[in-house]
Parts: sequence; C-alpha cells; structure tokens
Amino acid sequence: MIGLNHYLILSGLLFAIGLVGVVRRKNLLMLFFATEVMLNAANVAFAAVSHYYGDLTGQMFAFFIIAVAASEVAVGLGLLIVLYKKHGSLDLDGLSTMKG
Amino acid sequence: MEKFVYIALFAPLVSSLFAALYGMSSRKVYVGIIASLLLTTSFLASAILATYVYQTGGSIHVTMMEWIGAGDLMIPFGFVVDQVSVTMMTVVTLVSTVVHFYSIGYMDHDKSFNRFFSYLSAFVFSMMVLVMSDNFAGLFIGWEGVGVCSWLLIGFWYHKPDVSPEENPSISPSWAANEAFIVNRIADLGMLVGIFILYWNTGSLQYDVVFAEIPYLGHGILVAAAIALFIGAMGKSAQFPLHTWLTDAMEGPTPVSALIHAATMVTAGVFLVIRANPIYSLTPEVSYFIAALGTFVAFFAASMALVNRDLKRIIAYSTLSQLGYMFAAAGLGAYWIALFHLAAHAFFKALLFLGAGNVMHAMHDELDIFKMGGLKKSMRWTYIYMGVASLALAGIPPLAGFFSKDAIIETAFNEGTLVLWIVLVVTAGMTAFYSFRQVFLTFEGDERYKAFGIHPHEMYKFVLIAMSPLALLAVIAGFFQGAFHSFIIKLLPNYEMSEHTHHLVWLLGTIVLAFAVGGILLAWIKYGKGLKRNEKLENSFVYKLLKNQYYIPHFYAEFISKPYAMISDMMWKSVDMKIIDTTVDGIAYLFYGGGDKTRKMQTGNLSTYLNWMGVGLALLLIVAAISAVIG
Repeated sequence: MIGLNHYLILSGLLFAIGLVGVVRRKNLLMLFFATEVMLNAANVAFAAVSHYYGDLTGQMFAFFIIAVAASEVAVGLGLLIVLYKKHGSLDLDGLSTMKG
Repeated sequence: MEKFVYIALFAPLVSSLFAALYGMSSRKVYVGIIASLLLTTSFLASAILATYVYQTGGSIHVTMMEWIGAGDLMIPFGFVVDQVSVTMMTVVTLVSTVVHFYSIGYMDHDKSFNRFFSYLSAFVFSMMVLVMSDNFAGLFIGWEGVGVCSWLLIGFWYHKPDVSPEENPSISPSWAANEAFIVNRIADLGMLVGIFILYWNTGSLQYDVVFAEIPYLGHGILVAAAIALFIGAMGKSAQFPLHTWLTDAMEGPTPVSALIHAATMVTAGVFLVIRANPIYSLTPEVSYFIAALGTFVAFFAASMALVNRDLKRIIAYSTLSQLGYMFAAAGLGAYWIALFHLAAHAFFKALLFLGAGNVMHAMHDELDIFKMGGLKKSMRWTYIYMGVASLALAGIPPLAGFFSKDAIIETAFNEGTLVLWIVLVVTAGMTAFYSFRQVFLTFEGDERYKAFGIHPHEMYKFVLIAMSPLALLAVIAGFFQGAFHSFIIKLLPNYEMSEHTHHLVWLLGTIVLAFAVGGILLAWIKYGKGLKRNEKLENSFVYKLLKNQYYIPHFYAEFISKPYAMISDMMWKSVDMKIIDTTVDGIAYLFYGGGDKTRKMQTGNLSTYLNWMGVGLALLLIVAAISAVIG
C-alpha cells in the first residue's frame, strides 16, 4: 500500500536531487531544469497532503505553482537565448562579471 | 476675575512670541512698542486683581488644566492669586513695564533689538509663573525659566571676546552668563531635594495641602526640607557663598540688570522663604541661620561696595546687601516686613539701575566712576532720579527705604538679637556712604571725563518720562506701610513690635538715621568736591582685600574650577579616550574588518552564490531542528 509517507519521501528525494543540481551544475539551462524538479517536488507534496486531509486547497496550490513555473520558464528561456547570443555560452564560470 | 489672571499671566508670553517672530530681522521700533503695551496690559490686569484681593480679602484660585497625572501624583497647572502673589505680580509687572519702555530708548542702537524684547518678555512670563503657581512644581518651572532667561540676557552680547580677570573681573558676557547658570544649577539641586522631601512626606506638591500637613511632620524632616529649600533660595538670591555670579551678571545690558538682577529674579529666593513660611516658622534654628546669614551678607556686600569703581557693580553689591536685609527680616519671622522691603527695594533699585544705564549711554559704555564727575550739568534729570533712588536706598525719611529698612532693623532689636542689630545699623551707614560716593563721583566735582574726549548727553525724553513711576514710588511707597500691613497679614503671620521696642522706636530710628546721614556727609566730604586719590589707603591690605572681593572669585577659580578642569581633563584623556572610545571604535573596526574579509565571497559567479545559499539553508535547517528539539 502506498501511503502519505511514500509520497513525502519521494518529494524529499526529488527536492534533494533538484538542490544538488542547483548547487553543482554549471550550465544555466541545467539550473533551470533543476529548479523545475524542485518545484515539482513541492507539487507532489502538496497534492499528497491535500489528498490525505481531503482538502482541495493543496491541489489548487499545486496548479498555481504549475502556472507560475510555466510563466517563469517562458520568461527565463527568452533571457537565456539573449544571454547565449551575447556570450556564446551558458557556462556560469564564464559569466562572472560582477566581482565584489 | 479669572480672565484677568490669564491676561496677567499670558500677555508677556504673547509679547515674547510676537517679538520672537522678528528675532532675526533688523530693529523694528513697533516690536518694542507692542511688547511694552502688552506688558502694560499685564500690569493693569495685575492691578485689577490687586484691588480685588484688597477689597474682598480673599484669593482667586484657578486650575488651567491637569499637567502631570501618574498614580497618586497629580500636578495641575494651577495658579493662585492671594495677597503674597498679587503683591509680587504687581511689583514684577510694574517694573517690567517701565523697563520695557526704557529699553526702547536704551537698546536704540543695538542690532538685536527685537531679540532683546523677546527674551525680556519671556523672562516676565517665567517670573509670573514662579510667583503665581499654586504648587511647588509650577514654582520650579518658573524658577528654571527665569534662570534660562537670565542666562540668555546676561550673555546677550555673547560676541564679546574673553579678557583676563585683571582687566575685567567678569571676563566676558558669555563667561558671566555661564557662571550664573552653573551656580544656580548647584543651588537648584538643593531646591529639588527640598521639593522631593516635601512630596515624600506629604504626598502632594500643592501649597495648601503641603502646609496643612506640615504640623504633623517630624522635626528632622522639616529641618531638612527647610535647609534644602533655602539652598535653592541662596543660589537665586545670590547669598554667600553662592554670591559671585550676581556682580558678574552686570555684563548684561543695563535694563536686564534693573529688571532681573535687582527688582525681580533675585528676590525669588526671599519670595520662596515667605511662601514657605509655615515651614520656616516651625524650624527656628534654620530661620535663625537665615537671619544671621542675611545680616552677614548685608555687611559683607556693603563692604565690597565701599571701594569698587564700577558703576553697575556698586549697585549690584548694594542689591546683594539689601537681599541680606530681606533674609534677615524673613529669618526673624517678620515675613511681611521682608515682603515690604522687597517691593520698596524693587522700585528704588530698578530706578537706580536705569539711572546708571542713562549714565552709561551718555558715557559711551564707560563704567569707571573715577573717569566721570560733574555730569549734573548735562544730565540733570538722571541726577535727580539717581539722587532720589540713593536717598531711598540710604533710608532717609520720608522715602520708601526709610520705612522698610528701618522696620527690619527694628525687628532685629525687637528679637533681642543685638549683634544682628548692630551689624545692620553699621551696614545702613555703609550703604549711605557707598551710594553717595557713587552719586557724587558721577555727578559732582571736576569733569574728569573731558580727558577721555567724551561728550555726555541726556537720555531721550520719553525714557525719562517712563522712569517717573518708579521715582514716584521710590518716594511715596513708604506711606503705604500701614495699609500694606493690614492687607498682607490676612495671609502671612502677623509680626508686631513689642511694647518695649515701641517705646524706643524714636531712639532706634534716630540712631539709624544718624548713621545714614553720617555716611552721606562722609561721602560728601571725601568726594563732593572732586576725586582726591589716597595712594596709601589704596595700597593698604584692607582696601586690596575689598577690591578683590575678599579673593573669593580667586579662591573659587584656584580651588574649584582648576581642580575640576584637571579632573575633567584626566577623565577625557584616560577614561573617555582610552576606555569608552576604544570600545566603541573596536566594535566599528570589527565590522569593518569582517566586511573587508568577507568581500571575497562576492565572486560574481552565480554558482558560488547558490552554493552559499545551500550552506545557509542547511544552517537554518540545523537551527530549526535544534530549536524544535530544545523547545
């Protein structure tokens, strides 16, 4: 039987994978993917908890997150294309122009 | 009647605020005129109140609003117009009105004309709060208010540079102003302690409540309160050893000296003792000390006036001496006589000061009476005014000073304190001598000023007319002694001479008069025909001692100011710089250095930032976990 805990563990694992991706990856596009993974980890947790309590609010929130993620990708990808045209690469180590 | 109370109180405030609007602009005569008219209004309201209180024999008590209410402490803005306060109000507003009109002429050439009127009216308002308040808190507010205004006005010509004490004993106006303010702070601490003692033991600051509780308090508490309050009075009324500021306060413009340092503010200490008479009546030892100190100051100040050459300082010493007389009377229980002398003294001493102002104006701010002489030709009216005021001060009948001063001297005899009586009689002779030494050196004899190329001229006519009410009162105030007595004893304890004294009153009066006339004659013989300097006398020890004010300012400078400056210097360099500043700077350097070291975190590489964010997240999680476990 698959219970709430399984979903939450899955959600936690996904979030951890996303976090590692955000921290370790050097390519901006990969960072975007990692962010999407983390957002969806949250979605899984929301949906699972919502089902567990029989309250639809959590699932509604998951929809909101999907909408936000979609618009974020739309804007973000546009920016990435501009960045790529300017520098010819999306490698973070090559983009450090604002040193303290 | 209530509205007259408010008019009397607030007209000076309105005047002050109005003049303050023009504080920074150039001289506008109408500012002076409007201020003077508002003061006249205040005087008229006070006079109406005085008539009312005289006719009904009652008092007016108004509570404007609640001021401080905290727990059991209730202090309202309340004002009481009774026999004592109405006397003070009338005297204060009358002298202030004259001084305001006088200042229009005197401050004629001053570029801060408007500012002067603002300060002067603010002073009158504070003084009215002081005398009208129905509680000790209001009294204290007024007390501090007159202190601030006194500071502002003594230091009115603050731009004058400091000079050495040999050249000018009061160094500079700003120095003198600070001295007056600081000395008064010392005394005010005593007064605050007195007020606290009373509040602690009676639970109120209202005069009527406090004085109703007084008989039930322990003797020790009463003595402590009486002493503490008297310390406050000593500062304001410049009694020994806090007297040095008064003569230095002569650095201020002369109208200020007339109003604040002769007629009104310096008498606030006497007013306090009179107001708190239920306390002093029950503490005979403190009262006796007050009488003895007053007598000592009367003599002490008069002795310094004998040799001084500064026109205003001589009058300042005589003020000090007369304040001593007032304290002597108050200390001996003759409160009404003290108040009577206070009022009479206010008239003739203000007149004397304003006369001195005329002389200064004519002599281009020269104050050395050795450089004057023969001014009676060009300044006839001023001579008459100053002559009348000096006669009143010397106690020549039928002028005001004769009645009031004689009553004090009689009181000293009546109480059987013969030492005090002898000192006061001798002082009366000295008073007559130094006042007429000054008058004769200024107005009679050879015209020494010609050597200095000065062309004296009489003061404006309207100024001379403005001074006339004071001259009139200096002459006739004494005749109201009986009326004043029956008026004031409705509130103050009565004091009557015993049968024995009554019997001897003619003899006593004659002795005092003989001393006074003797003083005047001696002054005439020595100075009437001109200045003859006696080198041997001027080099004698006593002369030098008196000339240097018994070396007291020197003593204060050497043994109080200098060690204090040394300690301050040490505290600055070792404690403040080395401990406090180092600590504060250390904290600043910690953040500065830390910021500099962590600056390198800012690599510009997004990946590094995200790593740091991960570290931060991990730390927050750990903190959250720990607090969840502990909490």
